[in-house]
Amino acid sequence: MKRLATSLMLGLGAALILALGVTTGPRDAAAQGWEPKKPVEFVIMAGKGGGADRLSRFIQGIIEKHGFASKPFVPVNKGGGSGAEALVYLKQHKGDPHVIMATLNSYYLTPLRQPDLGIDISKFTPITRMAEDTFQLWVHADSDIKTVDDYVKAVKKAGAANWKMGGTGTGIEDSLVTAMLEKKFGIKVTYIPYKGGGTVAKELIGKHIDSTVNNPSEQAGFWEAGKSRPLASFTPKGKLSGRFGEIPTFEELGYGTDMVYYMQRSFIAPEGIDKDVQAFYVGVFEKVYKSDEWQDYMKKKGMVPGWLTGTALTEYFVAELEAHRKLLQDAGEIQ
Amino acid sequence: MALVMAVFSLYLMWKSAELPIGWIPGKGPGGGAFPFWLSLGMLACCVAIILRWIARASPPSRSTEPFMTPETFKWFLLVAGSLTAMIALIHVIGVYGAVPLFLIFYVRFLGRHSWTTAGALAICTPVATFFFFEIALKKTLPKGFTEPLFYPLYDIFL
Amino acid sequence: MEVFSLLVNGFFIAFEPLNLSLVIAGVVVGLFIGAMPGLGSVNGVAILLPMTFLVPPTSAVIFLAAIYYGAMYGGAISSIMLGIPGASTAVATTFDGRPLALKGMADKALVAAATASFVGGTISVVLFTLFALPMAEVALAFGPPETFALMVLAFSTFIGLGGDDIAKTLFSIFIGLVFSAVGLDIISGEPRLIFGGLTGFYHGINFLVLAIGIYGIGEMLWTIEVSRGDVLMSKATVSFRRIINCLKELRSSAKTMVLSSLLGYFVGILPAAGATPGSLMAYGVAKTMAKNPETFGKGNVDGVVAPEAANNAASTGSMLPMLTLGIPGSPTTAILLGGMVIWGLEPGPLVFVDHPDFVWGLIASLYVANVFALLINIGFIPAFIWVLKMPFTILAPIIFVLCVIGGYVPTQDMHDVWLMLIFGVVGYMMRKLDYPMAPAVLAIVLGPLAEPALRQSLIGSHGDVMIFFERPISGSIMAIAIILFALPLVKLVKARWKRAT
Repeated sequence: MKRLATSLMLGLGAALILALGVTTGPRDAAAQGWEPKKPVEFVIMAGKGGGADRLSRFIQGIIEKHGFASKPFVPVNKGGGSGAEALVYLKQHKGDPHVIMATLNSYYLTPLRQPDLGIDISKFTPITRMAEDTFQLWVHADSDIKTVDDYVKAVKKAGAANWKMGGTGTGIEDSLVTAMLEKKFGIKVTYIPYKGGGTVAKELIGKHIDSTVNNPSEQAGFWEAGKSRPLASFTPKGKLSGRFGEIPTFEELGYGTDMVYYMQRSFIAPEGIDKDVQAFYVGVFEKVYKSDEWQDYMKKKGMVPGWLTGTALTEYFVAELEAHRKLLQDAGEIQ
Repeated sequence: MALVMAVFSLYLMWKSAELPIGWIPGKGPGGGAFPFWLSLGMLACCVAIILRWIARASPPSRSTEPFMTPETFKWFLLVAGSLTAMIALIHVIGVYGAVPLFLIFYVRFLGRHSWTTAGALAICTPVATFFFFEIALKKTLPKGFTEPLFYPLYDIFL
Repeated sequence: MEVFSLLVNGFFIAFEPLNLSLVIAGVVVGLFIGAMPGLGSVNGVAILLPMTFLVPPTSAVIFLAAIYYGAMYGGAISSIMLGIPGASTAVATTFDGRPLALKGMADKALVAAATASFVGGTISVVLFTLFALPMAEVALAFGPPETFALMVLAFSTFIGLGGDDIAKTLFSIFIGLVFSAVGLDIISGEPRLIFGGLTGFYHGINFLVLAIGIYGIGEMLWTIEVSRGDVLMSKATVSFRRIINCLKELRSSAKTMVLSSLLGYFVGILPAAGATPGSLMAYGVAKTMAKNPETFGKGNVDGVVAPEAANNAASTGSMLPMLTLGIPGSPTTAILLGGMVIWGLEPGPLVFVDHPDFVWGLIASLYVANVFALLINIGFIPAFIWVLKMPFTILAPIIFVLCVIGGYVPTQDMHDVWLMLIFGVVGYMMRKLDYPMAPAVLAIVLGPLAEPALRQSLIGSHGDVMIFFERPISGSIMAIAIILFALPLVKLVKARWKRAT
């Protein structure tokens, strides 16, 4: 009896495997263009709850809602070591068509700051850049500071020890923007790193810090409620529209054109994937880009639309990498 | 054990010291300070534990029972060993290969249940796992080289 | 009263057939996800977020809130039944829930957990209804020094949790804190303690890896040793009458429930703190205030009631800063926040004004979700007890498999599974040598909250430690913490004094 059960089970198992094997064959051949065969791993090179995570999950939501892909995109956070974990993961998955990654500026900063990872970002397959996020200089609405001039005066009067600037982490976006400010106006501040942009925004509203360089999405709610005030935008003239377009840029205020810094929002795939795989992903993101939800989101969140694909995107990455190398050197973070 | 842990805390101290452990002007305590001083605390505790051992002041140092009887040790090796083997196998033949093997080994040979029970568990658990994690929760589990076998299943259920 | 008319309106929304069925579905799904070791409310909410695009935003948030609630109830189930905390919020529930189950009183523990969750949830929703906006101001007043003071307070409340051997307890706390420092140091932006250069350490040592290792694998090895491989796990029985009796007996825990709920709610409101410190503090306070503190950790019902009331109260509390400030108080609310953005709602100070239907529908549904979670949870107790009656040699391998999968799923990295195995085996050996393991697990949860807060405060004050004492809120919290630290010492000295004279 026992023996019968065993052999029955073995037989069933074998039949199952055989049946599966048979059905896989013809399907592949019949497919037109490339389609994912299993759920796509959507790696996010940042932790849960942050700006990049929210944006990626928003995009995943749009893909899911409209059925832009035949298999689900499954978000996986690999934010460890400022995205070092994600970059190494992508490098290890060379040629894997079922992995894509959402990047932010740590895409340049992490390989620069941790050269022993051996990451060469120009090797990864570019998919698309969806937008560029912007930065503004913010103070609490209760403060007397109304303009950049007031700000510089106030910081100088308070002295570095008594002026607290909040930001996300050290040697990354917020601290670089802070360094730009310090260099431009010859001021010094005490920089306090926090975990995420949302916390930084809250600390400003709670008056635990004196100013921030938040992204629009982090401060928009407080600004609308009259709790915070933007002084100037780190964008070129006329790039932003809507409410955020009304904030003066540093250029418009006469401080030159070099006070510009963006957070890129791009998507990439491992190196060595086929052209039709790349084309598939570009197609999916193009549909997302054209959706009303995405267009609306960019407007509301003060982002600059920035569709860019193919070699142009790789060239952009390489140029930005070099620009960041210089920024990091200026800030004294790397040699 | 305390000796092993003392060595481990020394290692942690050394590892923490790769980052500055002192005060950096304008930037506060260095990145290594927090773990360094804590590892030092660990070391201090280990020393205290060893001293108490020598003084026979703590209950384990006074017990005459052996750390593990041969019988316990056999069980420990079998269970921990099969668990290790399962995790190692996941890398090769994936969750859906390793889990049934582990279940059959454990239920049939360690638990001495019938083949029917073992077989039923070995089939039901992976099937339930697949539907709960992969289909309902969309969490892909590692599959090793058995991966292509699952493509048609994804086509059907996703 | 304006609040009441808004709330009544909210109830009309919550009782719409679609919303009501979503509440029930959400609670059931959440209960199961929460009961799985390794999966908690974060996973449940994150995974089901995309499914909510099919319904209007108000219904969607109601569904997700119901999952959140169900998972908070469910977390207690694996803590009690298997001794494995399903999420960090349920760690404290294992301390007494597990001993109760081993004594054959799993039903009592489960009923207590469900009832306490209900009381905690309900009290906090009432507080939420009445004081949502003023409480948001309290959350804003908490900067890094206050957060650090709160963490010190959390440590002080469970200083007595370990065994009698102080050196070993301290060792356990230290090693937990050191492990919590693994990964990226956010202040300096440098990776640290990357053992062997393994990339898996870049994301730090996940709390769940340590908890499942120690409580899952370590505990199983321990049980196998004690039972020599094959015994029934417990002689659990269940009947309707027993459940009713359990409910009656719970009256004596009423004070603990109310107190823990208030504590949990308050800690939950604070951004960054969340439900875990809340439940630990409630456990510590309940133990300190009990007439028979020595029975805690050996199967005292109050030891289940306190953390469960507190963690449910805190989970409601953590929705407050999310709604009013747009600041998530816990990882789960971070995902909910992401959801609100997708649905086109802007969380923040204006959401109460701009979207009253959404906010009040959500609040009313929390009342409803609580009632259903209680009923469904109690209804399932016989099924849970049935699981406990399986022969151990069948249950054990299934639990091992669940541990392995549960260790893999949160990060999807096999590195964590190996780490979990090591923690399990080492934890088992250390347990044999009387090292208390609970403090290590708690330390790894609180470490990442405490360290940055300490360093941010010190940067702001340029190294002046007085910052923790000068500010009114952090100063008073610190004072309480110091008193709590000193209390056991005073008791010790007193006892010695008595013996001497």
